[in-house]
Amino acid sequence: MSNTVALSIENLRFAYQGKLALDDVSFTINASDFTFLLGPNGAGKSTLFALITRLYDCREGKIALNGFDIKQQTRKALATLGIVFQQTTLDVDLTVQQNLHYHAALYGMSRKLAKSRIQEELERLAMFERRSEKVAKLNGGHKRRVEIARALLHKPSILLLDEPTVGLDVQSRVAIVEYIHYLTAHEQLAVLWASHLLDEIYSTDQVLVMHKGKIKAKGHREQIVAMTKTKDINTAFAQLTQGELS
Amino acid sequence: MSLTHYMRAMLGIIGRELWRFITQRERFISALVRPLVWLFVFAAGFRAALGLAIAPPYDTYILYEVYITPGLCGMIQLFNGMQSSLSMVYDREMGSMRLLMVAPLPRWFLLLSKLLAGTGVSILQVYVFLLIAYMYEIEAPWQGYFLLLPALMLTGLMLGALGLLLSSFIKQLENFAGVMNFVIFPMFFMSTALYPLWKLKESSKILYALASYNPFSQAVELIRFALYGQLNHYALAYTLVTFILFSSIAIVGYSPSKGMMARKGIG
Repeated sequence: MSNTVALSIENLRFAYQGKLALDDVSFTINASDFTFLLGPNGAGKSTLFALITRLYDCREGKIALNGFDIKQQTRKALATLGIVFQQTTLDVDLTVQQNLHYHAALYGMSRKLAKSRIQEELERLAMFERRSEKVAKLNGGHKRRVEIARALLHKPSILLLDEPTVGLDVQSRVAIVEYIHYLTAHEQLAVLWASHLLDEIYSTDQVLVMHKGKIKAKGHREQIVAMTKTKDINTAFAQLTQGELS
Repeated sequence: MSLTHYMRAMLGIIGRELWRFITQRERFISALVRPLVWLFVFAAGFRAALGLAIAPPYDTYILYEVYITPGLCGMIQLFNGMQSSLSMVYDREMGSMRLLMVAPLPRWFLLLSKLLAGTGVSILQVYVFLLIAYMYEIEAPWQGYFLLLPALMLTGLMLGALGLLLSSFIKQLENFAGVMNFVIFPMFFMSTALYPLWKLKESSKILYALASYNPFSQAVELIRFALYGQLNHYALAYTLVTFILFSSIAIVGYSPSKGMMARKGIG
């Protein structure tokens, strides 16, 4: 594990129309860390993602990506970030490579560089052969692979994934979870993975349990089980969220 | 961030929009059918009922079809502006607007690029429409077709900015259908697209006032004069000012710190 801080969140608070969505959230993610953000629906995971990506402004607290403050140095901070959103954000009328070229243009990549990066990333996910197909023709698992390839195109050092495996078959889920873990181990990528699927947690992952806008527990899977004096992560999670697993 | 980055991103956004438009054949056809029905059916029917006096930019008596052609060009851009904002509401619900918003570029620049992309599509539609009109013997002086281009750029941007502004206020698609009725139809009918201002003045003073202040009227007049090789300074200034106003409010609306984005919640 590296000690370089990739993502740092300090005392984050956020409210929608008077309702508190995040309450004093603080944590850091280092390069090569796989951090599993666990929480039931409505825990505040999506709000947290929206603040990290600056879709919304954080009024209280601080967010820094690779040392760049998201409010003061927004563009530098965002340039180091790759995102896989919960809902698919691919244009289904375009082909796989057209979607990726569009992303490359938004990140200022030249056509030549984009072409070689697209090939590289698609080959790693065994999708290069399908580059000329329209996204509408792909199944859910393949669409997700393309979205991961796209998020990595500009070589970010932090990758955010919001429930990336929801609705996928077991085989696709396992493949994606394994691939992202591979990237943290071999390419020093810092990963924040939001999910409520407990079987996706590896023993080496840092786990953050979130409930009603608060971080209820931090640590490795076994540490959280020991802390809650339960028999496994399922019961630990149920106890921490008072049975609101969904 | 270098200038090349900005250029590449803008070209990427415009290219994507144009490509989508060209490949969506139904959208292309329906965008043309609407003004053509107005031209071939409505205008032909009203030709006898409406008498038009000689007024600038025309220097002779004209047929009603000739009069409403610039208005229909404006109509194409009005629908396009609203449609692209409809696609933004859709994009926001589906998430691809998020993808754009998290790109490492200033948000105003991304929104402006999106506006330019929509305007490019509308200009393409207008020229195809004018080509068909030309074959129907609705002809303007040749230099008018060139002068029209900058005019269409500005009117397209202004109407697109209006759509963008509306999209920043609308939370969900369902609300949008209502806005179409409350925005498009009043703007179109209370304008100089179908009848000149002096005709409106004869029938209703209120309608006349509304049509005079309607930014769509000024957009149509800018198009009308440009198509006949002339510049309507008042219409140009009015359209420019409304464009700046609408786009400024829209940019505030999409700003993460100030606007309506924060009030909407996570889509």
